[in-house]
Amino acid sequence: MFPAEFDYTAPATIDEAIRLLQQRDDAKILAGGHSLLPAMKLRLMTPAMLVDIGKIPELRGIEIDGSLRLGAMTTYRMVLDSQAACSRLPILVDSISKIGDKQVRNMGTVGGSLAHADPAADLTAVMLALDARLTARGPNGERTIAIDDFFVDMLMTALDPAELLTRIEIPLPQGRAGTAYAKFAHPASGYAVVGVAALLSLATDGTVQDCRIGVTGAGPKAQRARAAEDALRGQQPTADRLADAAQQAADGLDILGDIFASADYRANLVRVYTRRALEQAAARAG
Amino acid sequence: MEITVTVNGKTSTHNVPPRMLLVHYLREVLGLTGTHVGCDTSQCGACVVLKDGISVKSCTVLAVQCDGANIVTVEGLAVNGNLHPVQEGFWEEHGLQCGFCTPGVMMAAYQILQDNPNPSEEEIRAGLEGSLCRCTGYHNIVRAVKYAAEKMKAAPAGQTPTAVAAGSGEAVP
Ligand SMILES: Cc1cc2nc3c(=O)[nH]c(=O)nc-3n(C[C@H](O)[C@H](O)[C@H](O)COP(=O)(O)OP(=O)(O)OC[C@H]3O[C@@H](n4cnc5c(N)ncnc54)[C@H](O)[C@@H]3O)c2cc1C
Ligand code: FES
Ligand code: FES
Repeated sequence: MFPAEFDYTAPATIDEAIRLLQQRDDAKILAGGHSLLPAMKLRLMTPAMLVDIGKIPELRGIEIDGSLRLGAMTTYRMVLDSQAACSRLPILVDSISKIGDKQVRNMGTVGGSLAHADPAADLTAVMLALDARLTARGPNGERTIAIDDFFVDMLMTALDPAELLTRIEIPLPQGRAGTAYAKFAHPASGYAVVGVAALLSLATDGTVQDCRIGVTGAGPKAQRARAAEDALRGQQPTADRLADAAQQAADGLDILGDIFASADYRANLVRVYTRRALEQAAARAG
Repeated sequence: MEITVTVNGKTSTHNVPPRMLLVHYLREVLGLTGTHVGCDTSQCGACVVLKDGISVKSCTVLAVQCDGANIVTVEGLAVNGNLHPVQEGFWEEHGLQCGFCTPGVMMAAYQILQDNPNPSEEEIRAGLEGSLCRCTGYHNIVRAVKYAAEKMKAAPAGQTPTAVAAGSGEAVP
């Protein structure tokens, strides 16, 4: 199998990439290619031009101080290799080490995963929990998009066609805080049937100050489990309180069923995996 | 489009269509048929090669993405006709049956040992999750990788595949 014919270009700068995207409305960005190329080989996608952003050095890299900043072309492998990022945010290890396999992680990029917005991708939920801020650059310059506004629908994001996702910025949780990701992986594909990402931060008296829960796999796009978040704020993160909150995790979510898992079953998985992610996050918050 | 690629230490330039996959470039343009196409859907790992020192599924990479890159295929593992420890491990431990998956598994194994020269059985199995073998049940593959790890520890020098050494110098044994 091979893709339908297309033109190919590998610009050296972001601005050049944007100019090319502007010129050709039938063009698509090629990042790690591990969602796009399989889809093109199946002729599910037939872009007439690929703009390969793999040769733009400034899109690749990890910076960490008050926040963690990932260039959009940073591969999963690079994140897992970053001791600094993984020790501050163990949720990155939970989630990324379970994406595909070693070869997929060698090629797949953080920006590609978010821009693709697969309903069963892992990092979508993780970035929701971590309250990431995304930077996009397009013909009209640069803008910041809050992760809560980024996922629009199945495979649809707030990015304009000529816009490039350039950077993902994650605030580092301060004080007593813990993060975790728990996934029920599809036994064949490894994608999330349901995956739940949780961030818990505790006040000095040990009660939950803030809580963000991202859910993937359950519906057309990654969503926040706001009912469970609300139930937990101000509570002591005891096993009972966490379990009570998790019981509400599927409330208000858009949940879909398919041949592998009915909507009811997925809703139950959301509750179970929310409890597991919260317990792990609470344990890490110490 | 014209691309210049170093494969197993040899640099050449070819004109290829943008939609040509790396695996077809290797097999059909260069005649290196050691790299196999199994699933063609990014699942099985029969097509794994090293691109600039990291293992990739060559059915899911375009040849044009490799312009300027250093590729090593299974044909590049042996040094001066001497089997690489990974190859020797598969020989000694009976790590293959039909052999279809083997070239890809060996390249995946090569990278496992590069990342971690002393992997536990569990780490070997996790590292091979991108490689499917329909014959062996994996036990002997794991033994083969273990054998290679021991062998490489015993004689770390001089085992860099010629091809890797001649390239970007990314890889150490
Ligand atoms: C065998 C296999 C197993 C997998 N398992 C999992 C899994 O378990 N969990 C999981 O989450 N994913 C999984 N994936 C998908 C993998 O994570 C992809 O790498 C990822 O979804 C897309 O990233 P990419 O860099 O490969 O993007 P590409 O495939 O290159 O691009 C994907 C889409 O995003 C657009 N795009 C990419 N980068 C940008 C950017 N910077 N700005 C704007 N648009 C952009 C492209 O135009 C394209 O439409 C798997 C893939 C394979 C092949
Ligand atoms: S042929 Fe490439 S992964 Fe199966
Ligand atoms: S030896 Fe036959 S598929 Fe692995």
